[in-house]
Amino acid sequence: MKKHLSLLVLLGALATIVYSLLPTKNPGQFDVNGFGRLPVLLNGRLKPLDTVARTTLLQIQNTQSVRTPDGRSLQPIEWLLDVFFVPELSDSYQVFLIDDPDLLALLNLRRSDGRGNRRFALAQFDKYLGDLSKQANAADNVESAVRTRVQRATVQLRDNVVLYRRIQHSLAAPDLKDYLSDLLNFSAIRTAGAQAEMAKRAGQPSDAAAIEKITTIGMAFQDMSEWANLAAVPPPEGAPDPNAWRTVGAQLMDALGGQALGATPLAFAGLGQTWRNSQPKEFNELVTRIRGSLESRYADAFDRGAVETRFNSAQPFYLGMVLSALAGFLALGSWVGSTQQLQRTAFGVVGLTWLLTTAGILTRMWLEGRPPVTNLYSSALYVGWGAVALCLALEYFYKNAVGSVAAGVIGFVTLLIAHHLSLTGDTMEMMRAVLDSNFWLATHVVAVTTGYSATFLAGFLALIYILRGFFTSSLDKGTADSLNRMVYAIVCFATLFSLVGTVLGGIWADQSWGRFWGWDPKENGALIIVLWNAIILHARWGGMVKARGLMNLAVFGNIVTAWSWFGVNMLGVGLHSYGFTDAAFFWLTTFAASQLAIIALGSLPLTKWRSFRTAAG
Amino acid sequence: MKELVRQFRDFFVSLQLTVVLLAMGIVLVFAATLDQTNLGIWAVQEKYFRSFFVLWQVGEVPVPVFPGGYLVGGLLFFNLLASHFYRFKFTWKKSGIFMTHIGLLLLLVGELLSGLWQEDTLLTMREGETLNYSESQLKNELAIIDVTDPKTDLVVAVPENVLARGRTIEHPDLPFRIETRSYYQNAMLRRRDEAPNMPPSLATAGLGPQVVAIPVAPTYRQNERNSPAAFIEVIGREGPIGTFLVSTNLASEKPDTNGMVVQWQPQTFSYAGRQWKIMLRHARVYHPFSLTLLKVEHDVYAGTDIPKNFSSRVRVNNPDGRDDHEALIYMNNPLRYQGLTFFQSQMAKSVQLTGLQVVSNPSRQLPYISCILMGVGLLVQFGIHLFGFLGKRRKVAA
Repeated sequence: MKKHLSLLVLLGALATIVYSLLPTKNPGQFDVNGFGRLPVLLNGRLKPLDTVARTTLLQIQNTQSVRTPDGRSLQPIEWLLDVFFVPELSDSYQVFLIDDPDLLALLNLRRSDGRGNRRFALAQFDKYLGDLSKQANAADNVESAVRTRVQRATVQLRDNVVLYRRIQHSLAAPDLKDYLSDLLNFSAIRTAGAQAEMAKRAGQPSDAAAIEKITTIGMAFQDMSEWANLAAVPPPEGAPDPNAWRTVGAQLMDALGGQALGATPLAFAGLGQTWRNSQPKEFNELVTRIRGSLESRYADAFDRGAVETRFNSAQPFYLGMVLSALAGFLALGSWVGSTQQLQRTAFGVVGLTWLLTTAGILTRMWLEGRPPVTNLYSSALYVGWGAVALCLALEYFYKNAVGSVAAGVIGFVTLLIAHHLSLTGDTMEMMRAVLDSNFWLATHVVAVTTGYSATFLAGFLALIYILRGFFTSSLDKGTADSLNRMVYAIVCFATLFSLVGTVLGGIWADQSWGRFWGWDPKENGALIIVLWNAIILHARWGGMVKARGLMNLAVFGNIVTAWSWFGVNMLGVGLHSYGFTDAAFFWLTTFAASQLAIIALGSLPLTKWRSFRTAAG
Repeated sequence: MKELVRQFRDFFVSLQLTVVLLAMGIVLVFAATLDQTNLGIWAVQEKYFRSFFVLWQVGEVPVPVFPGGYLVGGLLFFNLLASHFYRFKFTWKKSGIFMTHIGLLLLLVGELLSGLWQEDTLLTMREGETLNYSESQLKNELAIIDVTDPKTDLVVAVPENVLARGRTIEHPDLPFRIETRSYYQNAMLRRRDEAPNMPPSLATAGLGPQVVAIPVAPTYRQNERNSPAAFIEVIGREGPIGTFLVSTNLASEKPDTNGMVVQWQPQTFSYAGRQWKIMLRHARVYHPFSLTLLKVEHDVYAGTDIPKNFSSRVRVNNPDGRDDHEALIYMNNPLRYQGLTFFQSQMAKSVQLTGLQVVSNPSRQLPYISCILMGVGLLVQFGIHLFGFLGKRRKVAA
């Protein structure tokens, strides 16, 4: 029976993974998924609209889920369609995260008016946008490192509103009631307007309505060309640069100046009309037609786009987080109940989770055409992945569930960190010039990040040793000895990778900037990890520390690594400062304090430890 | 006596010393990282790493508070070397450790050498321009140039710190002496008509009387540099010739990276039948060849201003007639020529300006060797451990 239960858990996990990979169905008759796969150019990358929808939502409200005021749940792409084409409706969706009490007061919002007390609709505070913009402009003049909490919140909300507005102006004119018919009759309107204007200038009777019409349209086009951030119009066929996509607004301004309107603005206007008027058949036809016009020229973008949207909806890292937690609990349970069965199940779940995250990371690599670590977000994924791989090896050799517990917790925490890092926008950004080197990204960055994961793992194993030994009587001599050996082995591994990675970084710097070592904060952080690992090894070789001392040193390694990984980015100096985050500072200090507390615990005499007290007595 | 020597030796070869020194290294590096927000990267290097002691200024007196980079690194070097002589027995089982330590020794030596003889300068040029010198990013010099012969300039260059210390400048090539009347480490210049309430100038000649020099706090930021200014009096055998205001702000003849062109005229005077030009400028390093900037490119990712690549096409011209070739310098692809390395560093496409970092470091190969030694060494050592461990387990299992 027990055996079947274990199999059932594994099958359940596997089924969940497989289910997440199934293609998503359209929620209604509209082919919104087809629309979501259309590519646009944003931040230097051709990406599917689905990604635009999801990253924008993460950025402005920290979650991908949207609820309409009447309680319907929307897919991100449906939300994006409403933003594009039904602005009066999308303005009423509560998608702006506002958490700061002073900012809420400025906007005259009560928490109870928000979804989950913290998400508000633009329509709820658009009366106060003037105040918001004034406060944000004032905060702009303050250096970002020294802004107050409310200043940061104000700037962020202003930026989010701007981002939302820019997207809203990207495909259609939100202010023109008859946008499609205006475009369809555009050349007539343009001619009539021009003639009327000429007549007026010549002092002859003129058609005031025609002038007003073309002026209104012209202003709407102008707004679009100034605001739009998605480049949705591909360059004409045979253009020298296939990446020179333009915005619909820019194309419309050209049309205002006398050039042809082009098919793309019309097609999007048609999509808008059919979406507003609930005409799924016509909508789907238009999606197919746009797709057909691009597919042969941008086959690669469509291939990647298809994978990327599937990847988006599968959310493998979110699922990985859930499964890691499950594995951790199973493994902990195996210590309490000390059953082989639970232990093996946990090992199986860890293995599955690791395969899932491996597939996720490989997909990202293929989509980007890059080695695994390109920014802070992907470093979090990789640190977790590397640590879990080592845990699998440890568990394979020692079979005492220590590896599974470590894998569960580290996997969960690193994926959680990655989730929070993903809230700043698209995680597949383009690499700045000097970082644009796959060779060094693949060697130096990967080696250093592997060093991080190993140092963390050693520290985490040491945590298990101290907590289990101090609070429970379950740390028997055999487990204690094997933990001792594990920590030592992982520290050796960490030393190898952090040392080689750091020196490779120096060589990269020599190649790019002409100096091997520049005492840049990030370099210093990496150096400190190397030195710390060297201290642990030499202290052990010199007999200066025994098991308990080794554990305390390894726990301190957690602080050292966290500092190097996140702390140096908070200094705001140096070539490497690319990942500044404010909330991270709080968590970093809290983490360091917790580690110091555990070191203090670990320094208490062994007679106070439950495991060793019973062993002695 | 012998006992004392033995204790002394034991101290220097001990692993305890290693651990203490490594820990000091961490403290040093950590403090230096934090201090970068105050001092900037250059000053931090001097204060923490290129020193025997980290000094704190208590009133006027510098007090050593912590061992500096030279001391910690030097002791670590010594400790490592000594313990290999006295304590460490070479065995194949320890061959990895041995290799790693040799690599580390090389790395330390390499860093020391780089610190001593690496020279960093910047070559800023516009499209079409040909230059045979690059300029220091930190140091300045007072250049007194004999421009009588239109074909050849004779330059006497005096380092800035001579002015700072207020020393009298005398040189066999100069028929006059120069005395510093006033010196500012960083100063901003204004036209006198724009700053009406300032006291009269010390200067009596050149541009000085029309210009006001306002001292400002020195900057230590990585991407800013100080613009020193000084009032210097040129005194001939018969008496004073004139007091000039010199400043690196007055010397700029090229647009900076923002495209700002400084419009000051060069300051000249005649004495002893010769024409002289005088300027405080970024210290120059002359090269035995010249570079011509043919073209600059600055690519961004489509639809963004994220830089994708900077590149400069240059022609290298050696007057010995043996070398005249073109090279493309871009990110991660420098030009190496005659022991110098030219890296793409700055770029201002709008004014067709490029900034190339010029580095000479004869010991630049050392880190490569030490990287290989240390990497292979650790791999061998931990490999021996790992296979030993696996072998033991297999025996236990069997």
